[in-house]
Amino acid sequence: MSLSVLYDAPGPKTRRRSMIASIIGVILIVAFFFWMYLTLAAPRVNANGAIQPGTFDPSRWDILALPDVWISFGIGTLNTLRMAAVAAALAVLIGILFSFGRTSRFAAVRGITGVILEFVRGIPVLLMIFFVFLVFAAGSYWSGVFGLALYNGAIIGEALRAGVKSLPRGQREAGLAVGLTPIKAWAFIEFPQAFRQMLPIILAQLVVLLKDTSLAFIVSYPELARTIGNNRNFFGSRYMFTLFAIGLVIYLVLNLTMSWIARFVARRSGPRLGKALPNTPRQIGVDGTRAITLPGPGYGPPDPPH
Amino acid sequence: MIDAIIDVSPAYFAGFVMTLQLLAISGVGAFVVGVLIATMRISPVPSLRMFATVYTEVLRNVPLLLVLMFCALVIPILGSDLDYYPLALIGLTAYTSPFVAEAIRSGFNGVPVGQAEAARSVGMGFAQTVTLVVLPQAARMVVPPLINVFIALTKNTSVAGIFFVDELFKQTDAATRDHPDSVILVLIYAAFLYLVITVPLGLIAGAIEKKVVVMR
Repeated sequence: MSLSVLYDAPGPKTRRRSMIASIIGVILIVAFFFWMYLTLAAPRVNANGAIQPGTFDPSRWDILALPDVWISFGIGTLNTLRMAAVAAALAVLIGILFSFGRTSRFAAVRGITGVILEFVRGIPVLLMIFFVFLVFAAGSYWSGVFGLALYNGAIIGEALRAGVKSLPRGQREAGLAVGLTPIKAWAFIEFPQAFRQMLPIILAQLVVLLKDTSLAFIVSYPELARTIGNNRNFFGSRYMFTLFAIGLVIYLVLNLTMSWIARFVARRSGPRLGKALPNTPRQIGVDGTRAITLPGPGYGPPDPPH
Repeated sequence: MIDAIIDVSPAYFAGFVMTLQLLAISGVGAFVVGVLIATMRISPVPSLRMFATVYTEVLRNVPLLLVLMFCALVIPILGSDLDYYPLALIGLTAYTSPFVAEAIRSGFNGVPVGQAEAARSVGMGFAQTVTLVVLPQAARMVVPPLINVFIALTKNTSVAGIFFVDELFKQTDAATRDHPDSVILVLIYAAFLYLVITVPLGLIAGAIEKKVVVMR
């Protein structure tokens, strides 16, 4: 429970009032979901007068007993993960290349990388996947992988570049002073620090990548979202809600797990390395807000440099 | 080659206008909802905080495709006879709002705790502290990440094309089928139109960011 500096610790009166507000809030939310449940459960009359059973009618959920449905969703999930894993590895690699190109000594390299980066960052992932699919005839799996890797690589590259930029200049200068070439100074001194510092942002981006695998649906890659569609085509649209619910739960479990891992890593490696430099991007999504949360154990001033 | 460009132009411009409409309307909607959610997250009432947290967590961890699927599938069952276009607006608004809320929260993060403490110590209440001290300082820092959210929204509008909204991506999809000989050209043309929106927004964000850094 975090105390906030924005308001006093509540006294008995305020606590009672806030309790009442909470109860009303909960009642409203429960009422809304109950209304939604009732409306979904009610039988519906079709345009042509036929009566459809409600969404929660057992006749709409009986496919859950079929092992085939679960197998297809299992395969869909595996395909999603397979695409996300390869695309994530490639994205980090491309990100490193981009950040290297953007900090190059040669203006031409910097310029060209910058233009490519703007291009890749500015267009929708959907269009990118489609582009790779049509222009390079890469097949659905690889167009998804490359589309996602390019797009997310550009964003990771920018994060890494910001990380390198936020390092004290002495780091690089010290490297050069002991006789490292600029490339070696970048590779052994600047990049490792920037990478660790930016790890939370990179992981958050990989969660986005995992979500975006659903867009490979456009090139008929049989991932999770496509699995919903395929099953719908097979069993008929009366099962659409059921199939959608299964897909939603699987996505939530996958993404929440990934987000949780990202947050865990962020807490472990983020604040300690993110020194009090003005440019250091603060991690987003960790509980509490600095301006309004009293400093707890994890929120003290940054440790002195080791 | 040039024929293809001329041929697809009317459809592309119609799609471009539709994309801009989606961006503008759901952008305003997401901003309003996002501010509400951000306020709920720092409010003294626990149930509001909890609701805002759950809302953010769920929507941020579901692919946009599924959010739009929900809109196209479940909302009609709930008794609305809305067209795909307003449904897509609802979906894009809902999907973008938690990102807006997080951007605002990250701006609040940038305001030193001392500012809020000072405001409290001279006797300001919750509302005064937020509106007079924290918010004005946070606003500046919020703008660049907020613009980034809107850039992402611009790109996300393309997903609405899958759900029968005639925006730029759907037109592109159709154009590649109508002009199989000049697929690359047609695709680059569409990419260019997206860049016309996203690149200026990115430049504005960068310029403001630089200014904020200098001011601090």
